[in-house]
Amino acid sequence: MANIPADLKYLDSHEWARVETDGTVTIGISDHAQGALGDLVFVEVPEVGKSLSKGGAAAVVESVKAASDVYSPLSGEVVAANDALSGSPELVNSDPYGAGWLFKIKPSNDSELQQLLDAKAYEKVVADAAH
Amino acid sequence: MGFKTPLFDTHVAAGARMVDFGGWDMPVNYGSQIEEHHAVRRDAGMFDVSHMLIVDLTGARVRDYLRHLLANDVAKLKESGKALYSCMLNEQGGVIDDLIVYYIDESWFRVIVNAGTRDKDLAWMKRFCDQFGVEIKPRTDLAMIAVQGPNARAKAATLIGKHADAALQLKAFVGRELGQYFIARTGYTGEDGWEIMLPVAEAPKFWSDLKAAGVAQCGLGARDTLRLEAGMNLYGNDMDENQSPLESGLAWTIAFDPPERDFVGRAALEAQRAAGVKRKLVGLILDDRGVLRGHQRVVTSAGDGELTSGTFSPTLEKSIGLARVPAATGDRVEVDIRGKLLPARVVKYPFVRNGKPLVS
Repeated sequence: MANIPADLKYLDSHEWARVETDGTVTIGISDHAQGALGDLVFVEVPEVGKSLSKGGAAAVVESVKAASDVYSPLSGEVVAANDALSGSPELVNSDPYGAGWLFKIKPSNDSELQQLLDAKAYEKVVADAAH
Repeated sequence: MGFKTPLFDTHVAAGARMVDFGGWDMPVNYGSQIEEHHAVRRDAGMFDVSHMLIVDLTGARVRDYLRHLLANDVAKLKESGKALYSCMLNEQGGVIDDLIVYYIDESWFRVIVNAGTRDKDLAWMKRFCDQFGVEIKPRTDLAMIAVQGPNARAKAATLIGKHADAALQLKAFVGRELGQYFIARTGYTGEDGWEIMLPVAEAPKFWSDLKAAGVAQCGLGARDTLRLEAGMNLYGNDMDENQSPLESGLAWTIAFDPPERDFVGRAALEAQRAAGVKRKLVGLILDDRGVLRGHQRVVTSAGDGELTSGTFSPTLEKSIGLARVPAATGDRVEVDIRGKLLPARVVKYPFVRNGKPLVS
């Protein structure tokens, strides 16, 4: 069973978002997503300063099996990207909610946060995908 | 739900991620696919290949039957147990399936065919059996486990008791019936190892004993990266009924000699050869970041081609693939990966054998 932390927000396309104390939002892919993709071999993160719109392609994760776009859950500007992933993409597999984070943004529209799924709703997405 | 092998419950209990493969529910990985891959290259791994179909062919004229049915020539098989890789063609020279055939004795040969093609293979084999008096018996009573890797034979030998010595003496590409087992020194990984056929009821215990003996359980994901590194074609990806073996890197498996041997597809292949083979299968290496995948477009100075298989090679730590391209293609091509044209090198394959990279 995939790990779905209760304190995060999610997209039904399997990204997670965590609001940090400084108001920035850290984004990654869920445990379910990394498990479905299998071993990651390349991760392409967005450049710092890039402006993203909600639902737009922001990063690419490529596993032995398939390449997959990662969508930004929120609009905003990229303020940090996880450069460790270029040498160690497997961090996304081993620690998807920690060392395997992809990028951080400074959200430009706080109301978008309310549109994200909570853990319970995302659990249902994952359960439905299994059938 | 698809078909299940005798090891289905074992895989599920081990936490395998199950996927559909040719109508079968099969394990794609049990954890890290890359670790499973390395286990086979460096030590020992095992695969449930019970979805493949074992077929026994018997009759006084079974050798003549197979000399007609197969594009390779079973006349090459003189020593009991010796195996041969061959394509089975249709009249147009397209590949119905690729298979391994074992010569056991003059009235008994055994073939192993792919899971996804078993029904059409059996139907095709039956078309010719009456004229040669051959009887076809699918051995669904047998399971098959492949143990592969430099230490695979030594580890598996500890489980077969008094048969160990005889099994360890088997030469490459030879199989033998040993008690309840049929053990063959064959595989689909580019490593040494055995493919072990055994009664269905014995399979779960044998699998767990192998695991206890230090053989890593490996899924179809690792099987695919291993076979591609080893430069082995996958039916349905690298060739099918619309491709001839001459366009699929399999010319070496066609026995045109002796010229009087009348095998199915011969006339079509000879016509194709006389007219000039238009396309060829080549190995590709991508030096840039990115992964080659089946069906990507290959751009060459001689025209476009297509990736038939592609993956990330855990041994080379870069992407490799097989592509069908115009015959005049040189040593540089470009591949359309997600809308970007990336340069790739055309190389001789296999890419890896016996744990060692053959290309860089």
